[in-house]
Amino acid sequence: MRVLVPVKRVIDYNVKIRVKPDGSGVDMANVKMSMNPFDEIAIEEAVRLKEKGQITEVIAVSVGPAQAQETIRTALAIGADRGILVTQEGAEPLAVAKLLKALVEKEGAELVILGKQAIDDDSNQTGQMLAALLGWGQATFASKVELGDGKITVTREVDGGLETDELKLPAIVTTDLRLNEPRYASLPNIMKAKKKQLDTVSAADLGVDATPRLKTLKVVEPPKRGAGVKVASVQELVDKLKNEAKVI
Amino acid sequence: MPTYTAPLDNFRFVLNDVLQVGDVFARLGLTEATPDLLDAVIEEAGKFCENEIQPLNLSGDTDGCTFENGVVRTPKGFKEAYDKFREGGWIGLTADPAYGGQGLPHTVSSVLDEMVSAANTSFGMYPGLSGGAYRAISQHGSQEQKDLYLPQLTDGIWSGTMCLTEPQCGTDLGLIRTKAVPDGDGTYKVTGTKIFISAGEHDLTENIIHLVLARLPEAPAGIRGISLFIVPKFLPRAENGATVAGPRNAIACGSIEHKMGIRASSTCVMNLDDATGWLIGEPNKGMRAMFTMMNAARLGVAIQGLGLAEVAYQNALAYAKDRIQGRALTGAQALDKAADPIIVHPDVRKNLLTVKSFVEGARALGLWVSLQLDIEEHATDPKEREAANDLLALMTPILKSYFTDAGFEATNTSMQVWGGHGYIHENGVEQFVRDARITQIYEGANGVQALDLVGRKLPANMGRSLRRFFHPVAHFLEENQTDAELGEFVSPLAKAFGKLQQATGFIAQKGLVNPNEAAAASSSYLRMFALVAIGFMWARMAKVAKARAAESGVRAAFYDSKVKTARFFMTKILPETEQHFRAIMAGAKPLMDFGVEEF
Ligand SMILES: Cc1cc2nc3c(=O)[nH]c(=O)nc-3n(C[C@H](O)[C@H](O)[C@H](O)COP(=O)(O)OP(=O)(O)OC[C@H]3O[C@@H](n4cnc5c(N)ncnc54)[C@H](O)[C@@H]3O)c2cc1C
Ligand SMILES: Cc1cc2nc3c(=O)[nH]c(=O)nc-3n(C[C@H](O)[C@H](O)[C@H](O)COP(=O)(O)OP(=O)(O)OC[C@H]3O[C@@H](n4cnc5c(N)ncnc54)[C@H](O)[C@@H]3O)c2cc1C
Repeated sequence: MRVLVPVKRVIDYNVKIRVKPDGSGVDMANVKMSMNPFDEIAIEEAVRLKEKGQITEVIAVSVGPAQAQETIRTALAIGADRGILVTQEGAEPLAVAKLLKALVEKEGAELVILGKQAIDDDSNQTGQMLAALLGWGQATFASKVELGDGKITVTREVDGGLETDELKLPAIVTTDLRLNEPRYASLPNIMKAKKKQLDTVSAADLGVDATPRLKTLKVVEPPKRGAGVKVASVQELVDKLKNEAKVI
Repeated sequence: MPTYTAPLDNFRFVLNDVLQVGDVFARLGLTEATPDLLDAVIEEAGKFCENEIQPLNLSGDTDGCTFENGVVRTPKGFKEAYDKFREGGWIGLTADPAYGGQGLPHTVSSVLDEMVSAANTSFGMYPGLSGGAYRAISQHGSQEQKDLYLPQLTDGIWSGTMCLTEPQCGTDLGLIRTKAVPDGDGTYKVTGTKIFISAGEHDLTENIIHLVLARLPEAPAGIRGISLFIVPKFLPRAENGATVAGPRNAIACGSIEHKMGIRASSTCVMNLDDATGWLIGEPNKGMRAMFTMMNAARLGVAIQGLGLAEVAYQNALAYAKDRIQGRALTGAQALDKAADPIIVHPDVRKNLLTVKSFVEGARALGLWVSLQLDIEEHATDPKEREAANDLLALMTPILKSYFTDAGFEATNTSMQVWGGHGYIHENGVEQFVRDARITQIYEGANGVQALDLVGRKLPANMGRSLRRFFHPVAHFLEENQTDAELGEFVSPLAKAFGKLQQATGFIAQKGLVNPNEAAAASSSYLRMFALVAIGFMWARMAKVAKARAAESGVRAAFYDSKVKTARFFMTKILPETEQHFRAIMAGAKPLMDFGVEEF
């Protein structure tokens, strides 16, 4: 069984994000880029399934600029078997889902493991859209995955607890933070990653129109947090929470 | 708690912009070592150092190693981190692929060494010593010995040591007493006491391979009668086609030292009592075997000094931006605060820049010299190999001594920025000072490095080694003397270089008549040499940074900072050469005049 794992190149989670002075977007010049952490978890999970002998091939896919090849190489170093770069910058979740659908069909993948969201735009949409486009079942926010015969059992983190679903394959899974702890790539695997196959295709090759449909009006920094206040009594605290903050 | 971030941009700048190692490696036939691969390797190694071994640094220092009933335990977390490091394949970075290594360049290994030392110097000792044992066996061992030990040392499942020092003998290895008697079956029975043996006993690996200097019966007295032996903790045995640790050998740890620094690195008394050993290399040629691996080992210690300076700097810089105290003399700057961050104060800036200009300059110099290890090993032209070997031999004592002296000063200066809080153990910055202190002593005390420089390296091959450094500097100065843009870097370098040449002539001449003259000048001369060499690297970096800033624009701030740091070094640090010059020219008399009772 083949598994497709999309990996997105995003600003590294340690970088302090700065908004461009003209409000047109985030300043991307010279900032460190890395693999979206949720995607790292997705790759790790797929590689573990392969190590258990439950699947045969892990394909890492990135939709992005040429530099996203580095992100794919990182996935290959963790243990993915080969990579595909779709050269398309600024693709929105729907376009990414369409591109992935085309690749799923082309490669005959039966399982797609995605990150639940990317830490740059926090959309949390691609997995769900892909499931809809393919007409497959989906289990999002996975904290545990067990692959069975023709089915997959997924424990999901939902409000108020854990929910366990069983899905028929083929299926879509999106990962939450606690699913696993991604490994460090070993030196031999970093060296091997360089020799693994990495193909490049364009959106046009896949017959997908990836033109953006959303228009960004303005990007601003979140408001600075104001200073705290000291309250004299529990009574005052409850009062403030009720009447000023209106949270209780 | 201190933090560490691998300075990836600075590594990239030196490797790619300044030294253009990609071209060098391609020319040497190291086709795997492409810039993008090296980048991925360095980044992942950096991540490991930041997240897995740095967090154990302070706790490792607090807890130290323990010794009980002959068993040495490393501090909490070390075993797990070592296993991960080993499984990551990092120990075999430069090792021969035939033995399971990755065959990557030594230059990359120097980068890894810096990151490991910065993150946790004590931790780095264990794989570091294995590297020394690997080199000794791979260069002097028989094929059988290589096949037996190198795969395990490459993997890291076994570790290594270097057993030189004895109670009565440190610098002067001619005084070694440990004895090795042939046993008739090709093995030897080795008996004696070794002290201060790093990683001599610990709980990280299944076996420990000791390389022991000892004396054969009837061996000539002194340094010409020393041989090198392999003495494993457990005798290797073949089992199902694999080599495993077999019966216990008669080499045991008697106690461990309680030390000023590197407290998570075990420093052991090792007692050998008719322990089984195998001769490595030729009888009585043990010192020659040691010498061929010394360049790499000394470079490794130099880099420990550098790594500690880097991590101390990072933490001093963060503190200087955060700590508010006093107002800027020219008027308050942080109006929303009760005081300004101390980085506004000129003296704090001087402290920070003294360290920054040392670390970045020394890094460039260290990697340039490391590159000679790769050229020496892989160049096809024997002339090129010879040139690399000459430069390496010349620069090794300079780097060992200066990087560790200046590295120690750098940790101390960084601690000063922390004020009283730097003196407090829990803040972790005084540890850097204590850890750095040993680097000036072991692997050849720094004063002895200076002697090596003036006594052996200057006269070597009629001054040929010296020319390997003097010629590139002269060439650079000539090439850039008319460039007005670079004048502020070229002319102070030219001046200091002129003085260095003059001092060299003085020492060569006086030393011929009276060796005490050369020896008395040696440590000042070594410092002067190091400052000129780092000045040379700064001039080169300034040139590259100016060109890059003009062409790219995007990283202008990074390159601008390089140019400014070069300027600081040329105006504030390089003039120290004047003082050393005067001290050298004053000759030996002011110190040799004293009778011992007059001190
Ligand atoms: C933490 C630690 C770890 C160590 N690890 C190892 C190890 O793994 N393996 C190992 O074999 N050893 C190890 N050593 C020993 C170390 O290499 C020696 O301490 C070092 O070589 C100096 O020898 P010594 O201590 O006997 O000093 P001495 O040789 O007694 O020197 C004392 C002083 O005299 C100076 N001096 C000596 N001779 C001369 C001379 N001819 N001219 C000018 N000055 C001179 C020296 O520079 C020094 O300042 C370790 C030591 C320590 C403290
Ligand atoms: C072991 C110990 C014992 C002590 N005992 C006592 C005691 O008995 N009583 C007591 O009251 N205190 C005591 N202290 C406190 C000690 O006097 C302070 O630590 C010292 O005055 C420095 O202050 P600080 O630590 O706040 O450093 P900071 O004032 O924060 O200084 C940090 C760094 O910034 C530099 N800096 C600060 N301001 C300026 C400026 N305007 N211009 C240039 N550089 C500047 C400093 O030189 C220093 O390098 C003790 C401290 C220690 C560690």
